[in-house]
Amino acid sequence: MKVKEIVDKFDFKVLTAPDRLDVEVSGGYASDLLSDVMANSRPGNIWITLQTHQNIIAVAKLRSLAAIVLVNNRTPDAETLKSAEAEHVPLLSTGDPAFKISGKLYVRLGLKD
Amino acid sequence: MKAFRADLHIHTCLSPCAELEMSPRGIIRTASEKEIDILGVCDHNSAENVSAMRDAARPFRISVLAGMEVTSQEEVHVLGLFDSLDSALGLQEIVYAHLPGENDEDAFGLQPVVNEQGEVLRFNEKLLIGATTLALEEVVSLIRSHGGLAIASHIDREGFSIIGQLGFIPDGLPLDALETSPAMPVETARQKFGSRLPLTPASDAHRLEEIGRASTSFWLVEGTVAEIRKALVRQDGRKVMNGEEA
Repeated sequence: MKVKEIVDKFDFKVLTAPDRLDVEVSGGYASDLLSDVMANSRPGNIWITLQTHQNIIAVAKLRSLAAIVLVNNRTPDAETLKSAEAEHVPLLSTGDPAFKISGKLYVRLGLKD
Repeated sequence: MKAFRADLHIHTCLSPCAELEMSPRGIIRTASEKEIDILGVCDHNSAENVSAMRDAARPFRISVLAGMEVTSQEEVHVLGLFDSLDSALGLQEIVYAHLPGENDEDAFGLQPVVNEQGEVLRFNEKLLIGATTLALEEVVSLIRSHGGLAIASHIDREGFSIIGQLGFIPDGLPLDALETSPAMPVETARQKFGSRLPLTPASDAHRLEEIGRASTSFWLVEGTVAEIRKALVRQDGRKVMNGEEA
């Protein structure tokens, strides 16, 4: 399943890098502790978080994550958006909280870890 | 100049997670027994017990720095240390304006504002244990614009530390030093984090017996933030001598 299909299916808002959605998603990881994401996420994961600090972009890049989903309609600051565009990291946003969107992706898409 | 032993990070009874035995006189007496020369009073998101701490310290040769441990919106803890209580209270005013919620004493603990004798003047009702809505960059910038030193708390811990929450220290963040907790010897920290910033071990004491469990030795003229600021950049002969375990 590609990022693009997930965006369409769940009506995510695409905040950055709309030209980078043609990427295969290997699974998902939900965490707000960036050190934990650096240690435990896997390449190609879609990352569900409420952290909006610009370090999330570096972490996504470092771990070759497919996309970041910001929950609860969180809006990243200008630096984060700029960095995401520069690094071609898709930042997506949803009104759902982390538990709900994780559940949807897990059940309806069969996306596991 | 001479050597000063500093514990730059202790809490008082005002912090809901600290023991009520952390009264001004109890803290000063314990710090004196442990030969601490400089104490940084850093309650969570508040400096309301600094004044009482300074009163209690007067008969002793202990310098009390006005401080606060601010929680950023990313839940990163950052110490602000000031010579002037007014500066700390100026920061406190902004922190309070960005700190939502009310304390639940049953869930988090009491938040007594006390006098020198430890008598309760009032209870702070803000949710001091909570996070402000200020971004980390804003917290550091506010501390500096109020004339304070900005030190990232207990960077070796997973919870509420800059590295735990954010994975690494953002480029260009103007911190003055990095604090290590008693759990990690300063040499280990130096190897592990390899930062250009000075390391300042401190106890983060929430109980009397924890005071001085980690400390930093400085070579200074007097126990002030202005002098420590010089030591952190090795200016005018001032310096950080080492981090040492108590």
